[in-house]
Amino acid sequence: MTTELEDGPILTADDKPLSVALRKALFRQKMRALMLIAPLLLFVLITFVWPIIGMLFRSVDNSVVPETLPKTVAAMESWSPTGPTDTPPEAVYAAFAADMQVAADERTHTVVGGRLNYETPGIASKFRQLGREVKGWDLENDGPFKEKLIAEDEAWGELFIWETIKTYSGGYTTGYYASSVDRRLTSEGVVARDADEAIYLRLFWRTILMSLIITCMCALLGYPIAWMLSNTLDRYANLLLILVLLPFWTSLLVRTSAWKVLLQEQGVINSTLESIGIIDSPLPLMYNQFGTIVAMTHILLPFMILPMYSVMKTIPPSYLRAAKSLGANDITAFRRVYFPQSVPGIGAGAILTFILSIGYYITPEIVGGSTGIFISNRIAYNISSTLNWGLAAALGGMLLIMVMVLYWIYDRVVGIDNVKLG
Amino acid sequence: MTENLKRIFALLALITTMGLLASACGSSDADTDAGASTDDAGDDAASDDAGDDAGSDDAGDDEDAMEDEGDDEAAPASDGDALTLVSWGGAYQTSQQNAYSDPYTEATGQEFIWDESSADAVAKLRAMNEAGNITWDLVDVVGADAIRLCDEGLAMEIDFDTMLAEGDDGSSATEDFGDYLVSDCFIPQIVYSTTVGFRDDLVGDDAPTDICALFDTDKYPGKRALESRPLNNMEWALLCDGVAKADIYDVLATEEGQDQAIAKLDTIKDDIVFWSAGADTPQLLADGEVVMGSTYNGRLFSAIEEDGQPISMLWDAQMFDFDGWIIPAGLPQDRLDKVLDFVFFATDTQRLADQSQWISYGPARASSAPLVGKHADLGIDMAQHMPTDPANAENIFVTQYDFWSDYRDDIDAKYQSWLAG
Repeated sequence: MTTELEDGPILTADDKPLSVALRKALFRQKMRALMLIAPLLLFVLITFVWPIIGMLFRSVDNSVVPETLPKTVAAMESWSPTGPTDTPPEAVYAAFAADMQVAADERTHTVVGGRLNYETPGIASKFRQLGREVKGWDLENDGPFKEKLIAEDEAWGELFIWETIKTYSGGYTTGYYASSVDRRLTSEGVVARDADEAIYLRLFWRTILMSLIITCMCALLGYPIAWMLSNTLDRYANLLLILVLLPFWTSLLVRTSAWKVLLQEQGVINSTLESIGIIDSPLPLMYNQFGTIVAMTHILLPFMILPMYSVMKTIPPSYLRAAKSLGANDITAFRRVYFPQSVPGIGAGAILTFILSIGYYITPEIVGGSTGIFISNRIAYNISSTLNWGLAAALGGMLLIMVMVLYWIYDRVVGIDNVKLG
Repeated sequence: MTENLKRIFALLALITTMGLLASACGSSDADTDAGASTDDAGDDAASDDAGDDAGSDDAGDDEDAMEDEGDDEAAPASDGDALTLVSWGGAYQTSQQNAYSDPYTEATGQEFIWDESSADAVAKLRAMNEAGNITWDLVDVVGADAIRLCDEGLAMEIDFDTMLAEGDDGSSATEDFGDYLVSDCFIPQIVYSTTVGFRDDLVGDDAPTDICALFDTDKYPGKRALESRPLNNMEWALLCDGVAKADIYDVLATEEGQDQAIAKLDTIKDDIVFWSAGADTPQLLADGEVVMGSTYNGRLFSAIEEDGQPISMLWDAQMFDFDGWIIPAGLPQDRLDKVLDFVFFATDTQRLADQSQWISYGPARASSAPLVGKHADLGIDMAQHMPTDPANAENIFVTQYDFWSDYRDDIDAKYQSWLAG
């Protein structure tokens, strides 16, 4: 039945070209596969990708200023200060009074005041106070508003509020990102913050450095355990594996608190050392970086051991015996034969541990004191305490960028193909 | 290998089940255990009271909330007519239940669901507002948070004289609350203070009498617990650095003043343990980790009177602050009516005075003060334990909300930079 023509396409039984039919069949297959993963895909899109996009958007969003003060922003376009006393003309003040009256009715004047106060302290209360006064003003006849505003509060006759409004008059801003690296957006461009206000760069650096230390500690401590797990008899290995997994299944908070009991000044370790006479005064074991490193190393250890174990399990023990029978001593056999094969496990464990620790929050918060906290503690602070979600989003965005850069470096140096989970 | 894995998982599943059963059976004892245990991260949330806006104990909150659901049979979560009240949990929430909601339920049959989320109420309310689904009816927050919520338009403006009861002496609500009405959206319930407690046995014979003992490490060697945010600490630092009390906020508004305060704090930096949850300091004092430390006066009261710890407290330069209700903006009318009816009842003279039977915080109405009686369990006279008692209130600060809403971010940047350095 198959029709074959000299110079035509190959046709199927029902006279359709074979390539078309094939493409159709493949398409159907792909759609079926897609349908199968559709729930997961949707889930990931809705609960993971979308919030991340939303968060990244928030880190540049500044729409509250132009939406609340539209007339002021328009009137300000032609004004730029030429000196420290060059306040805006009456037109700007009048536009501002009109905007504020609308905003005070809708109770949005304090929102924009709070937004601008993140950049220049002292603005929030001025907006709040003016909002109370402005409701009763007659916009037609009560001018000139420049004098009227300055009579309310001398601050309206100074430059700093107007400069801040001008700098943040756009619908989008890079100001949050500038703040997240200890810079400040001003009318003259981006300038560095005073050294005594700078905190974020130091925290980013500390977060990376301490995460690296924690990852190395986990690798050093975890490697022998993973080796033991994969090279002892199964019944011992199972017991060991449970010992690794049990703490993993215990509440994070419980484990961190347990470390608190051990490490505090009157804690188990210090009082033991004191009673056997090794130290005279208690060692500062927590509320510092040491405490954070110790507690987090313990908590993240299973994430290092499990990938290493699953890779080591696949290395046949006969390789080591073969190496030895060919004349290698123990160290050479390990170094040249066993270790290179276990590297993918270390790689996988290291990435897992590092990425988890770089975003860690609760353990540094509890045992870190002031010098052992991470950038995530500041992100949480900005989310829940100061409500500066834009800055929190920018810090989160920076963290995301940093992780991606580090991942790229890792790929270049070690190679991402060199990572195996089993 | 797969056989082994199966066996491992079966075993682990068994262990987990047993653990769950054990914790379910033990949960009724959990509260007493938490009080006695030496580690406090878990019970921070359980005994959180006014003023913890650390936001650091979410995980603990959740666990306790789950536990409480098990214990608390009075809260039918499925009841659509119940009002959701948000508070701090612990002893403070219990005092509110005893004084406000239980009598109200008795009188009207209205049921309540309590949510222990006050520590991060501001962020959660904002998130609810953005999602367009407000599930809370009445939220207990500290004054600073109320101002922020009011600024953000997340809290409803209150017409005090029509929505609240008159004082029992006939004064209008506005007169009765007086200066405590710090925001248009905020109905104060209590006055609490942040003050300093010290260990009697660790300070020597000459016990501290004024706040500057915090900075006197020669006379009182040892660690001090101070809050990990600048509020209170900056004021105390300037006061003890010779700035006149009347000038403190003017000085603190300048760069030099902020630097001066931080320089003063820096002289004792190595001796400071920083706390973020109200339960930390009483715990640190009980463990002998610190010789003195700041915390809320109600915490010190329970450590001293209820737990019998060898601790005394300083009332000098105590920092007054307020805690009270806000009503979320945008409630549907039927829910709003119910809430307003409850608020009218719960913030009248007698109810505010009743609360002090269970907790040592001062009622926010002037007319409630004469009605303050004895502690419900201990039988001690509560008036002398109130921060507002004339003998205790000789030298006080009142938190300057306008100042802190303007300068908090700026001072906080400096403070945190100093902390991290």
